[in-house]
Amino acid sequence: MKLNQLTIASALTGLKNKSFSSLDLTKACLNQIEKTNKNLNTFLTLNPSALTEAKRADNLIKTFLTNFEKYPLLGIPYALKDNFLTKGLRTTASAKVLDNYIPQYSSTVYKRLKNAGAILLGKTNMDAWAHGSSTENSDYGPTKNPWNQNHLPGGSSGGSAAAVIADQCIFAIGSETAGSIRQPAAWSGVTGFKPTYGRVSRYGVIAMASSTDSPGPLTKNVIDAFLVTKVIAGHDPKDATTSSLKVNLTSPKTKSLKGFKIALPKEYLIKEMDSQTTNIIKKAVNDLKKLGAKVETISLLDPHFAISVYTIIQRSEVSSNLGRYDGVRYGHPRTYFSHEAKNRVMLGTYTLSTGYYDQYYNHSQKVRTIMINEFNKTFKDFDLIIGPVSPGPALKVGSTQKNPSFGEMQDILVEASSLSGLTGLSVPCGFVNGLPIGLQITGDQFAEQLVLNAGHAYQQAIDHHLKRPTI
Amino acid sequence: MIDINHLANLANMKVSQEEGKKLENGFKESLKSVDLLNKIDTKGISSSFQVTSLKNIYRQDKVDHSRCLTQKQALSNAKKTYQGYFVVPYVFS
Repeated sequence: MKLNQLTIASALTGLKNKSFSSLDLTKACLNQIEKTNKNLNTFLTLNPSALTEAKRADNLIKTFLTNFEKYPLLGIPYALKDNFLTKGLRTTASAKVLDNYIPQYSSTVYKRLKNAGAILLGKTNMDAWAHGSSTENSDYGPTKNPWNQNHLPGGSSGGSAAAVIADQCIFAIGSETAGSIRQPAAWSGVTGFKPTYGRVSRYGVIAMASSTDSPGPLTKNVIDAFLVTKVIAGHDPKDATTSSLKVNLTSPKTKSLKGFKIALPKEYLIKEMDSQTTNIIKKAVNDLKKLGAKVETISLLDPHFAISVYTIIQRSEVSSNLGRYDGVRYGHPRTYFSHEAKNRVMLGTYTLSTGYYDQYYNHSQKVRTIMINEFNKTFKDFDLIIGPVSPGPALKVGSTQKNPSFGEMQDILVEASSLSGLTGLSVPCGFVNGLPIGLQITGDQFAEQLVLNAGHAYQQAIDHHLKRPTI
Repeated sequence: MIDINHLANLANMKVSQEEGKKLENGFKESLKSVDLLNKIDTKGISSSFQVTSLKNIYRQDKVDHSRCLTQKQALSNAKKTYQGYFVVPYVFS
């Protein structure tokens, strides 16, 4: 196995045993990026200090092996979605408006990873401003799906997801507003974890829809998702919406799901799903049952309603958040906005405007309450909710052009949980025509441990997450 | 009735006539699908503008110097500056 193919856990073991250095590991990732980035278009900007930082990590490892306690991700190279501010390193959110933007400060997530000893390789491609579910909406061209380059990797964290499955990095960071971690994880065949809203700081993340934006990891397995979440989660005085609840996560160990009560909403097997995807999800449900889980079919609000609620809330919040870009203090003027940004900002302007506020915005927020109440009721009787992440496998490059609600449809099955601020995981559960399918495992707010435990137990029983594309 | 020019003006976006038509058609389609929500009775239901249940998060009224930019840093991304200030476009004609 090549070094860049390692998981975090195995890379840490190798570094501790001095089987290889962080410099070796970082070089292996950079070589893979050099070899494959031209075709995949995953990275927009590389960190020129990556090798220097790796050497520094090696010095720390040489000095005291106990440094791994102080720096839990010491020497591990990773990729960061380009909407996380990195002081001194260009950050564009894949939007030409910010083409020349060099942040003067860093996001909390980046700072925490740096303080944990992780090595930033570079910044990954995404849908511009995180508007989309394909990474085709990037102002810098689409990222290609490493399983089949005629297909999209999903989005908006598509660059991060593709970088992980292409072994260009050991792990990556994404952010999710409604599906932007879990859906690209599903389409690219990696593990994607969305912590509870407010569990991970949004400080220094270019704002999209502030009431749902949630940063989280994209990794090669669930254990790695745990290792990263433990570092980035927790209260941040710089983000007033972060929870002051202590992060008490422990490494998932269980191989059994005995005692787990899991709900499968019948509405989540939607009519738009192809039969192969449905069969794969049914097989995954059986696998969970074989592990000891009790799975019951329940009824939740038709997810098609979530598309409507999400469309209104997201457009409204976007119209407010993108108001700040005037090209005066940083970036280019508003004439640099692409069509999709104009589309979202202006629709949001409409839904918030006098006469339409109650009809659209306020009404959507009320339906959101109904969704939250339904989830609360479900979690009184069940530990977790499962279903597909997306209606089918990755669609072809060019698919977004034909449908203005493309993204909303691909995220239909994760929108309600995002709007309710829940935590959720996407784990690979099979393949359709050589393209991965994701199973979502969703938990109540702050039920990260349960979700990770279930995901880990599942990954002990199957091997879909171990498969790699030939690039 | 959607007045694209008015919306573009409110959102401070430049939109060509052709693009305006495309946007208008897209909005109509989006709003038509959003009208699905009218099927849901929300009488007596309150709005969830946020999901944290947090209220009034205060901090000490003290300057956190680690969060302050120097004047040089603050101006570092600006295209036009004048004696330590940002140069802004004319607002009044």
